[in-house]
Amino acid sequence: MRLLSPKQFQTHPGKFIALWADLTHVHALYQPGDWVSAPLAGNTYPALPAPGAAWFQRLAQDTLGCTALGTTDTRPAIEQWRAQDGTAAWPEFAKPEEGQHALALGPVHGAITEPGYFRFTLRGERVHRLETRLGYAHKSTLGLIRGKSPRLAARFAARISGDATVAHSLAFAHAAESALGLPVPARAVHLRAIMAELERLANHAGDLAAIARIIGSALPESRLALAREHLCKAAHAAFGHRLMMDIVIPGGIAGDLRSGGMAALHATLIALEHELPGLTHMFEDVQDHLATGTIPPALAAAFCAGGFTGRASGQPEDSRVTPGYAPYTDLNLHIPLAHTGDVAARTRIRLAEMSDSIRLLHSLLAGLPDTAIAIAPPSGTGAGLGVAESFRGPVWHWLRIESGAIADVFIADPSTLHFPLLEHAATTGNLADFPLILQSINPSHSGVDL
Amino acid sequence: MLWKTLARNLLTRPANPALRAKLARASTKKFGRALRIRHVAAGSCNGCELELHATQNLIHDLTQYGLRFTPSPRHADILLITGVAGRNMLEAVRQTRAAMPDPVLVVAMGDCAVDGGVFKTSPMVSGGGDAILPVDLVIPGCPPTPAQIIEGLVGLLGQHPIR
Repeated sequence: MRLLSPKQFQTHPGKFIALWADLTHVHALYQPGDWVSAPLAGNTYPALPAPGAAWFQRLAQDTLGCTALGTTDTRPAIEQWRAQDGTAAWPEFAKPEEGQHALALGPVHGAITEPGYFRFTLRGERVHRLETRLGYAHKSTLGLIRGKSPRLAARFAARISGDATVAHSLAFAHAAESALGLPVPARAVHLRAIMAELERLANHAGDLAAIARIIGSALPESRLALAREHLCKAAHAAFGHRLMMDIVIPGGIAGDLRSGGMAALHATLIALEHELPGLTHMFEDVQDHLATGTIPPALAAAFCAGGFTGRASGQPEDSRVTPGYAPYTDLNLHIPLAHTGDVAARTRIRLAEMSDSIRLLHSLLAGLPDTAIAIAPPSGTGAGLGVAESFRGPVWHWLRIESGAIADVFIADPSTLHFPLLEHAATTGNLADFPLILQSINPSHSGVDL
Repeated sequence: MLWKTLARNLLTRPANPALRAKLARASTKKFGRALRIRHVAAGSCNGCELELHATQNLIHDLTQYGLRFTPSPRHADILLITGVAGRNMLEAVRQTRAAMPDPVLVVAMGDCAVDGGVFKTSPMVSGGGDAILPVDLVIPGCPPTPAQIIEGLVGLLGQHPIR
């Protein structure tokens, strides 16, 4: 951490990732893990110029009442309820202009999906503007983590976003281990990476299946949904839980690879490896249906978009490499890159990431060290940052631990920076393209609503 | 509480092909057609949604039991709630229920919807589906597996008298 004056804090250069406040300071995080702080002055701080900072500033206002001076976006982030008398915390939406009409979607959607509210301004079928209002999945998770020991609080970190449970648990464990100076046994480091790559594979398979369903491509839909099911079953055989929840804990992992797990993982990976080229070919055949939802590289760079959403728009960052963490530093990662930034590019990046994850898994499974799997965290004091690359992008956790209990915490899911990009991507297509665009980015509501 | 206990016990049974025939009889008698499910995510972590999707894949294939998801509450017989039912979602859940024609079976799926799960002490959480609507079936688990979800739904239809 570097302490800056409020003026230096505001003009700090770098690619903005996250902003949060505690009772005395405001903190900002820049790529790749540059953490700066400034003291709060009467519960205020200067607003940051980075476009991605807006949502974080709104959240700090909602949760702690810390005001960003000079911000233009003062909408609430998570206060979505409406009182009995009809009054709401939210301002009204902008009225459509002549020739436009408005369409409301959510928070209850037609498909099995998370709650979020989308307000479209349309000109005919063309999307002119999209505004997302979030907070429907708000559970006050950060508040629940405070005051608990890192081991106890890991259960909440695992439920920030269920589809990225391993990545969030891993980032949380990294933060706790960094705060307490805790070394992790080599076997745990390897098994954590195996779980993280399995999670990446399963989510890419599931999302690609959904994309195939939306464009009416039945064969890749059913094959990829099946691939996801087999991956979940293999995860259950190997680690005892289909989503591998609550297995990554501060200090190591909660359970070793089960007997028969290795065989189940190998069988699933080999089957998927054989099928992947054919599935990739099927998606190449339908590229024309996927040329929508464009995020230009300049916009992706302005928001420091991570994961496949960033990589499809020319942003090569991957937190497994920069800042990097074990065991990926020795694994020679292949990071696919595209520049068109549309649904087709995101689909291609995901398919390429799947084949690299399979390669990584084979290599990790072959070189599994034979050590202990966990060390009990000491009751120490300290602050630390942790990062892990979820399938969506980098997940950052910040922890301040005092005498073994978590005094303060902040969690930044990559979706926070993806929602503004989704708002832009929607305007590059028709209304009918929106489900496809949404699925291709698939931001986590729960990860943003906290 | 009786039905909660019953449903919990049902979940421990192994998958049984006879369930399918039982469901066909029960649903024909009580509803006269296939059953439609309207799902509402009321503040879950999205783990339950992943497993709900998995009930529709080739292996679990919920449709074979005559159960399928519908986007419209007007066509739905079952209201399936996942998540903690936080303050921000209370009105949306109530309005979804109000848009459904009677009779309606309410299912709370996942530990969060059962009683708030790990989030139960949060001030933002109302304490599960039961706090909003009377619940006919709980399917506990974090998240419940697709097999447990299907067994729970089929068990409910076989046992529950329609209000």
